[in-house]
Amino acid sequence: MLFSTAKRTALRSINNLPRSASLSPGLFHNNPSALRRLLSSLAVLEQRDGKLNHSSLSAITAAKKLGGSIHGFVAGSNIKAVAEEAAKVEGVEKIIAVDNAAYDKGLPENYAPLLIENIKKGGYTHIIAGHTAFGKSLMPRVAALLDSQQISDITAIEDENTFVRPIYAGNAIATVESTDEIKIITLRGTAFPAAEAHGGSAAVEDGVDPNVEISIEWVSEDLAKSDRPDLATAGRVVSGGRGLKSKKDFDRLMLPLADSLGAAVGASRAAVDSGYADNSLQVGQTGKVVAPQLYMAVGISGAIQHLAGMKDSKVIAAINKDADAPIFQVADVGLVGDLFKQVPELTEKLKSS
Amino acid sequence: MSALRILVPIKRVIDYAVKPRVNKAQTGVEIAGVKHSMNPFDELSVEEAVRIRDEDRAPGGVEDICVITAGPGKAADVLRTAMAMGADRAIHVEVKEWVEQLEPLSVAKLLRTTVDVEKSNLVILGKQSIDDDSAQTGQMLAGLLGWPQATQASKVTFGENDTVEVTKEVDGGVETVRAKLPMVITTDLRLNEPRYASLPNIMKAKKKPLVKLALSDLGIANERRLKILKVEEPPPRQGGGKVEDVDGLISKLKELGAL
Repeated sequence: MLFSTAKRTALRSINNLPRSASLSPGLFHNNPSALRRLLSSLAVLEQRDGKLNHSSLSAITAAKKLGGSIHGFVAGSNIKAVAEEAAKVEGVEKIIAVDNAAYDKGLPENYAPLLIENIKKGGYTHIIAGHTAFGKSLMPRVAALLDSQQISDITAIEDENTFVRPIYAGNAIATVESTDEIKIITLRGTAFPAAEAHGGSAAVEDGVDPNVEISIEWVSEDLAKSDRPDLATAGRVVSGGRGLKSKKDFDRLMLPLADSLGAAVGASRAAVDSGYADNSLQVGQTGKVVAPQLYMAVGISGAIQHLAGMKDSKVIAAINKDADAPIFQVADVGLVGDLFKQVPELTEKLKSS
Repeated sequence: MSALRILVPIKRVIDYAVKPRVNKAQTGVEIAGVKHSMNPFDELSVEEAVRIRDEDRAPGGVEDICVITAGPGKAADVLRTAMAMGADRAIHVEVKEWVEQLEPLSVAKLLRTTVDVEKSNLVILGKQSIDDDSAQTGQMLAGLLGWPQATQASKVTFGENDTVEVTKEVDGGVETVRAKLPMVITTDLRLNEPRYASLPNIMKAKKKPLVKLALSDLGIANERRLKILKVEEPPPRQGGGKVEDVDGLISKLKELGAL
């Protein structure tokens, strides 16, 4: 604890340097690399049923951009295999693992105090997690308890205090500078590729476990089962909207199209609200944000809330009967016409090519 | 069984259908003369609170539905809207600067104090405001209060002994949790369909109590931890034109390297 307090004090004085010209040459004045050594990040990694969520390794990629030392954090039952896999990421010094089934479901009521104890012990300056359901639920609770103003859904890191994040559904990009001693950050997965789990050999160490009594009970879950690629990380996404008209037609047209491309399936809010597709497939400001190599929008008009979730895709294709639909303003290639004819034709031609 | 005293924090934001424009000084988005309305997720919170009472869902009944906002003078509009939808009363914490200047941590601290004063035992918030897109306030409040939290709720059911069961939207599907009051819930789009306030209800809402407070009344200072260095337009994306048929689509995608 003493060490970490000293570290933060040193960091603070470094941060104050440029603002105070009259400051006498201090310990770090001629040695900016000292700051790098003091910076230390904790990447919060997700696991489910004893399997590492590979996309959560994006947090390590972000930590590498910050510089400084990098530790990873995992918690759950039989966590050893998960920890050892994460330990293979190059550049990671240590994986802190807490083996306790109480953390299996990632419930913030006990996970937040757990994380905080480990943050205090390690004296970290930056805590990073994905802006996923887990990260969104957990990190603000951690931030409040550390009296830190979280920086959500960042898409870039300028320096250890300065971050870039989209606001207003991606219609504006804000650059913000944090003054908090401990920075709590969630990141946009599509902006930071997941670090590869090879080349490294970090130590795995047991973390502290405060074993806080939980105030909430996990009852059940109902997760959509699919053999298709995961929507958030897929290289290709085909997405259907209101134009599909029914769940039957959505499944009949979109699923074969997805399979012909090896793509994940997404949907607009209209399609989800009408019951054509599951909630978890919604792409947009309030659903998933995706940035695949190819995003194919079928029967989607392109409301700003939808564009917020896909406009960073490399190539956007659109099929819509309305030539004036806003989606055509962002699509690299657009086809105006009846999707009920064109999608089956496209699926056939993709299959035979 | 405890009667519910529901606190519903709401925010006035640029209307969801308006495309925001970055201002010339690159300090934020243009706000003057732009249509504002209640944050869509907050409409869901108000609707849910009112439905819990109307549908008699809580065994202990609903004693009070209080809406609160922090923002400039015009923010009172959304409080009136919420009362026209069925909230009983409103608190307006007046903040001289635009509301976007108040960070989620400050809002959470302000709400913690309000919860204490109002003896709230259920706080229903939107999962995020569509301007700042932070998705933090509810979780921060739950943390500060030490209460359980259920975020991104698509269904809220009340049981015996002050239990509340909430189905949450998570990556890949839904998850259900159960906690005892008091608790914090944040709303997701699928929770309900907010009503439109009828004209008679809008008239009635004008007579409902609206208390004005200052941040200092709640012992809060508007302390900013994040300094906005600049706000920019995102890089524009140009449409690449249209093709005639499916063959044209395929060849263009090949040309773009997407196939």
